[in-house]
Amino acid sequence: MIKPLIYILVNSVLTENYVLSKFLGICPFLGVSKRINTAFGMSAAVTFVMLLATAVTWPIYTYILMPNNLIFLETLIFILVIASLVQLLELVLKKHVKTLYNSLGIYLPLITTNCAVLGVTILVIEKGSLDSSFGYIHALINALGAGIGFMIAMLIFAGVRQRIESCNVPNFLKGLPITLIAAALVAVSFFGFQGVAEGALRL
Amino acid sequence: MNKALYKEFSKGILKENPVLKLMLGTCPTLAITTSAVNAIGMGLAATIVLTCSNAAISLIKRFIPNSVRIPAYITIIAGFVSIIQLLIKAFTPEIDKTLGIYLPLIVVNCIILGRAEVFASKNRFLPSVLDGLGMGIGFSAALLCMGAIREFLGRGTLFDIPITAEFLPPIIIFILPPGGFFVFGMLIALSKILAKNKKEIESACQNCEIKNKCDISCTKEAL
Repeated sequence: MIKPLIYILVNSVLTENYVLSKFLGICPFLGVSKRINTAFGMSAAVTFVMLLATAVTWPIYTYILMPNNLIFLETLIFILVIASLVQLLELVLKKHVKTLYNSLGIYLPLITTNCAVLGVTILVIEKGSLDSSFGYIHALINALGAGIGFMIAMLIFAGVRQRIESCNVPNFLKGLPITLIAAALVAVSFFGFQGVAEGALRL
Repeated sequence: MNKALYKEFSKGILKENPVLKLMLGTCPTLAITTSAVNAIGMGLAATIVLTCSNAAISLIKRFIPNSVRIPAYITIIAGFVSIIQLLIKAFTPEIDKTLGIYLPLIVVNCIILGRAEVFASKNRFLPSVLDGLGMGIGFSAALLCMGAIREFLGRGTLFDIPITAEFLPPIIIFILPPGGFFVFGMLIALSKILAKNKKEIESACQNCEIKNKCDISCTKEAL
């Protein structure tokens, strides 16, 4: 019972890393990975919204859209749910958890257009329709793993970028090109995790 | 054609190319360019959505209250994306399979929301349509360029026609995720060399639709 859950978590963090192997959420990955603390704030907010969005969209899909034959509204409904969740979260945090709002505040509006969030909600629905044992809990664990994977990629990359800054880079590669080449090398290193989850859990 | 209108159309193709100059829509650019055919599929789908949403938004911009305009734009865009998704599923299921998740993700493609906010919400119908069409073609051209390079190096084929595949082993890493980052970085470096004025290329934040709300200092950290 618990083994498949751990497998999903490890798999979604390392092997199926959303940034480095699925190319979701590249904009914040390149945009706000300049310093480690901003990278952490952004990815914490993204992880939270991913989890919340999956928690809301999965029941909507299974209990409202599916029985009523409205699957074609998936994209439309999901993006509206995410946009309103982000707005709601902003209001709640602003009113009740002022300190958290101040530290995350600026990242919150950015999350609506982060394709990793919409991506994870659609991907878990897809997984659920292919495998009947993939339920609500599995979906939530998968969303959590995707968020943690996003955070790990952001933090590793923030470290890499800080080192690039002190290097003498050829003029035409300065800025984005060298950043992207560094991202390519980080992505290569993530290939090393292929099969780790299966091997460790002996599945 | 009227000269001013032609300018709206042509600026998206080279001068303000959304991918290489404005750094928008990087996710699909990296993800689906493993072959030239995929790139064309994605480019076409995004161009149609971009043109339609620009047209619709320029027509109804007067009825959308300013405070809810972003959610309204997203809803309009999501509507068009759903239409395209259903059409592709019905008529070209192979393309639907290869584009997979990235087809619904056109909704959050920042090129489309960006053009809606920057251009269609301020301009009339015809310039908006031409702007969408030009930006879409620029996006498709950049995708095709990347797709062709990655397919040629990574598989030795071009549009599925073998070129060097028979006598040279392909460099498989180019069709894997790291190759995507690498080729994209090289393309930007190339466009930087070609552009005489280096300041033309700015960071991802410069054209972000919420850059004024967000004070992350990346604007200062531009290239």
